[in-house]
Amino acid sequence: MIEIRWHGRGGQGAKTASLLLADVAFSTGKFIQGFPEYGPERMGAPLTAYNRIDDKIIRIHSNIYEPDYVVVVDDTLINSVDVTQGLKETGGILINSSLSPDEVRKTIPEYRGAVYTVDATKISHECLKANFPNTALLSAVIKITNLMNREDLEEHMLDSFKTKFAKKPEVIEPNMNAVRRAYDEVKGGNSYDK
Amino acid sequence: MINDKMGAKELPMAGIILKDGNSEQVKTGEWRNQKPIHILENCKHCMLCVMPCPDNAIIHDEDDKMLGFDYDACKGCGVCAKVCPFKAITMENE
Amino acid sequence: MIRERLSGNEAVAFAMKQINPDVVPAYPITPSTEIPQYFSSFVSNGTVDTEFIPVESEHSALSACIGASAAGGRVMSATSSQGLSLMYEMLYIASGMRLPIVLTCVNRAVSAPINIHNDHSDSMGVRDCGFIQLYCESNQEAYDNIIMAVKIAERSMIPVMVCYDGFITSHSVENIELLEDSVVKDFVGKYEPKHYLLNPNEFISMGPLDLQNYFFEHRKQLADAMTDSKKIIEEVSEEFAKISGRKYGMFESYKTEDSDACMVILNSSAGTAKVVVDKLREEGLKVGILKPRVFRPLPYKDLTNALRNQKAIAIMDKADSVNGFSGPLYSELSAALYSQSISIPSINYIYGLGGRDVKETDLEEVFRNIIKISKDGKVDKTTNYLGVRE
Repeated sequence: MIEIRWHGRGGQGAKTASLLLADVAFSTGKFIQGFPEYGPERMGAPLTAYNRIDDKIIRIHSNIYEPDYVVVVDDTLINSVDVTQGLKETGGILINSSLSPDEVRKTIPEYRGAVYTVDATKISHECLKANFPNTALLSAVIKITNLMNREDLEEHMLDSFKTKFAKKPEVIEPNMNAVRRAYDEVKGGNSYDK
Repeated sequence: MINDKMGAKELPMAGIILKDGNSEQVKTGEWRNQKPIHILENCKHCMLCVMPCPDNAIIHDEDDKMLGFDYDACKGCGVCAKVCPFKAITMENE
Repeated sequence: MIRERLSGNEAVAFAMKQINPDVVPAYPITPSTEIPQYFSSFVSNGTVDTEFIPVESEHSALSACIGASAAGGRVMSATSSQGLSLMYEMLYIASGMRLPIVLTCVNRAVSAPINIHNDHSDSMGVRDCGFIQLYCESNQEAYDNIIMAVKIAERSMIPVMVCYDGFITSHSVENIELLEDSVVKDFVGKYEPKHYLLNPNEFISMGPLDLQNYFFEHRKQLADAMTDSKKIIEEVSEEFAKISGRKYGMFESYKTEDSDACMVILNSSAGTAKVVVDKLREEGLKVGILKPRVFRPLPYKDLTNALRNQKAIAIMDKADSVNGFSGPLYSELSAALYSQSISIPSINYIYGLGGRDVKETDLEEVFRNIIKISKDGKVDKTTNYLGVRE
């Protein structure tokens, strides 16, 4: 079982991203859970969302305390939230940031596992002319967790966009570009010792 | 018609009243301690007593002729005696 | 069979869409709000024929359910917590008038202090209101039980409350298998009430004054119907197994055949408990769980038979009776065991109040304690509070 924790701010779509990831994993035939940190969602306030992904039925219904992966939607959270709390060193952390993994690692010095960064915000601005970093982040998460290979991911995302943007087909290709770029541009993956 | 000898298995579910108009079967006249008396010689058959009677207990014919009281229904409230302008109804103890 | 991924509330709203009830009166309250929210969109889109009544309170919601059900309609609603509390008066009227309303209770703590998270105080607080109560571990069980509830209610003429955990089940997206629309439609069939107010050929009165000479008999009818509903629940569950392949009993036993120490636990935490059982089994510890699905009627003979051979039992209450003794499930199960002359060392835990997360380690602690009790037979303290800061 893979357990993932998302850190974002209210209104940034961390919850939606976790549900999108659940969707992708579901489409590959996995058992999934996707749930937000239960409670009121306030714009700008730090929030967490969670995923469990497994090949067999998932019965556990507690929160996730020792995630395999952490995704940080907004890197300003690193200063106020302990984003690596309980994070397994065999796993990794993916941060939406313009900085390199080595530079980001300095801000989370206690964590010895793999650190990845992707500038999902920049990709979003360039591809979509707007700040919707989730598509890019989703693509990067799928790459680092090996949930799907690139072809399957592209095929799945294209199907999903075709449904979602049935009335706005012109935005399908820009979104697909964001998927491809994030898959290619995600950096890092070395653990501390290497 | 239900009665209080019937058990839970016989009584209609949840006390549903399955037949309409069963108030006729309840003799509210038994509640009366004063009864109205019709004094025919004073009566002008004006029908003023008919409308206020809460028990529909004033008996009259189709030609608006006052015929007396339905003592099975009359509770003896005395409204008819109060409204009669001609002293054609008086109340007597039962 | 349709493979999907839905939250508990989405699954229930979807089931309601497939059931297509005549009337849904509802008032929103966290965490059940999404049910009327999603369902009202089905109404607006014309995917259902339902008359949706947005009322001004939960008291009115259930009042409208009662009126619509007495009129002869198939009626459903949903609520949580204070909403169920505000319905309290009408709950007894719904059951006393024998109206087969299906009410979803997305379990949430009852104030004060104010809290929106899960425990079972709301539905346990109304456990004697005359509703059948079904408890669900997952979104799948919520979906299945809602569909079965319609038939159970209409056959027993007792309203049914389907209970599942707020947020944990209601807001978590999980895998689910849905039935085809036509299969659900055929399963629930057409509601044909024997007596109803909008029948032009029968002039009846419902809910009349009922004094000393009759009231007791009518309450006895309800009590008998509740007892008899056990058989109806079994029949309907059997029929449901035929269309879905998913078999539901009065309760679910997990690895209890050879267990020495058994935990009795409701709803979503039962899933976590199964994970802990598997883990402890690897250590060679003989543990199991029993998860009641039907709490009203209380299948006391079946439950006690299932527990008969255990050497120690932990009964878990996600609600406190605040009675100086124990939680509701413990009180009822220990009385049931006593009535069958079964004496097993047992311990009660009040846990997870107000959404306090129930971790594997919490339940493991309980299992290790009852394993110890199963060996030495000693219960130091009957009622314990799990994971609370003293």
